[in-house]
Amino acid sequence: MNEASNINVRGTIDELYRTESRRILSTLIRLLGDFDLAEEAMHDAFAAAMEKWAEEGIPANPRAWLVSAGRFKGIDVMRRRSRIDESGAEIIEHLEADNGDPAEFADRAVKDDELRLIFTCCHPALAPDARIALTLREVCGLTTEEIARAFLTTPSTLAQRIVRAKAKIRDAGIPYKIPSHDDLPGRLEAVLHVIYLVFNEGYSASSGDSLTRADLSGEAIRLGRLLLELLPANPQAAPFEPEVRGLVALMLLQESRRAARSSAEGDLVLLEDQDRSLWNQEMIREGTQLVRRALASQSFGAYTVQAAIAAVHAEAPAAAATDWAQIVALYDVLLQVAPSPVVELNRAVAVALSDSAEAGLQLIDGILARGELSDYHLAHSARADLCRRMGRFAEARESYERALALTKLEPERRFLERRLHDLA
Amino acid sequence: MKYMLLVYYSEKEMSDSERDRCYVDSARLSCDLAAEGKFVDASPLQLVDTATSVRVRNGKTLVTDGPFAETHEQLGGYYLIDANDLDEAIGIATRIPVATLGTIEIRPVLEIPGLPGEKRQ
Repeated sequence: MNEASNINVRGTIDELYRTESRRILSTLIRLLGDFDLAEEAMHDAFAAAMEKWAEEGIPANPRAWLVSAGRFKGIDVMRRRSRIDESGAEIIEHLEADNGDPAEFADRAVKDDELRLIFTCCHPALAPDARIALTLREVCGLTTEEIARAFLTTPSTLAQRIVRAKAKIRDAGIPYKIPSHDDLPGRLEAVLHVIYLVFNEGYSASSGDSLTRADLSGEAIRLGRLLLELLPANPQAAPFEPEVRGLVALMLLQESRRAARSSAEGDLVLLEDQDRSLWNQEMIREGTQLVRRALASQSFGAYTVQAAIAAVHAEAPAAAATDWAQIVALYDVLLQVAPSPVVELNRAVAVALSDSAEAGLQLIDGILARGELSDYHLAHSARADLCRRMGRFAEARESYERALALTKLEPERRFLERRLHDLA
Repeated sequence: MKYMLLVYYSEKEMSDSERDRCYVDSARLSCDLAAEGKFVDASPLQLVDTATSVRVRNGKTLVTDGPFAETHEQLGGYYLIDANDLDEAIGIATRIPVATLGTIEIRPVLEIPGLPGEKRQ
């Protein structure tokens, strides 16, 4: 074998690792029934490929070759362990009897394995932060160090969290399967929630390495797209597709504004002050299309409605041209689908802009009087802003100060201080 | 695999007649689970007033009145079930009458081979 084809084999394997390793891992987890063993077996299989393919050439179906090699490697490891532990013998017998049905490697089976992996990593019996860590590690293939950096924790804390989660999956019998039809809505909700949390960590947080944060948003969008690609192949899950579409739309529409959201100095730029020429039109186009299809399905949820609101903003060529009446109407729908005081607050701001500042202020004061949002800085800064517009400067100052006392984010602090300064 | 479902609820918030009703409904669930081949064992417990806690420290036995921990909700009974996986155990937990009032804690059983009481198998 000459050097050139060696390099060619290495290039192919590197490319396969990038594009197929998560799929191969998810199938090996199903075949071997163990996360760690599957990971070890997969790496062994890639190492074996490097050797064999250099001698024998690249096989016709490299993924099937790698899964099959990984399965044998896994059985080998189990056999070595079972010399120490008798209980493994039965599992090995079972594994060997099942002689690698080629259907295991068909696209459909592999897609279901990916879906199984997502549902297992986002199982509600795992702690929410463990779900995020496990999903990023196992489904997205991020390293423990990368995840730790993004979530501002140490790699050892994060590694522990992942080890504990894997132990619980094994010991508590968390199944590696797509949930039954009855369980699916709740489970899918947990999956979408994890994806949205990952996205928001990349989008909203203002501390840490900004590059890594943007990567997280990108990863969340990729996961959402993956679900969109996988779900329709699964008849059980198909009815829940619109809300997945809605979530992907929401993430794309928010992400489209990334470049316009902060100034060169790292200060916050409000939606109304953003340079709309910086918005990513391609993401807006795709997000708007997705949200239209989700809305047309008539069986959408909160993510879709929020995406629709983001789409109305995206369609306005200038802040002043925003269709606020439509936004208020969408908030009315959102309040029915997912009622919360924060949604009420956002609706109040939309009412202030579509109707009058007085009407909006009245609604905000009503919410604050109930005491539910009295510690939420955005409620006070929204109130302050309306008072300022109405010329009630003393009240505005008081509310800005209250917001300033409650916020923990540095760019927000600077923004509020600037507003207070302008009032003086 | 086997799971222990521990049933916690606030004893004070249930009247005697409600409790009796709950025992009947729970007994029915036990029969249903037996018919499904999922039942191993189940029982309500006497009220927490009857609890006694025992500790041995430095060879000395300490016996105290009351449960392991004084909490708002008390351990009121248990089911030992045989389920395929945690999802099935969660499904069974939702069928326990008290699940609508209190909390069902699911604990997988660590099975140690060779112990007496193989009848549980």
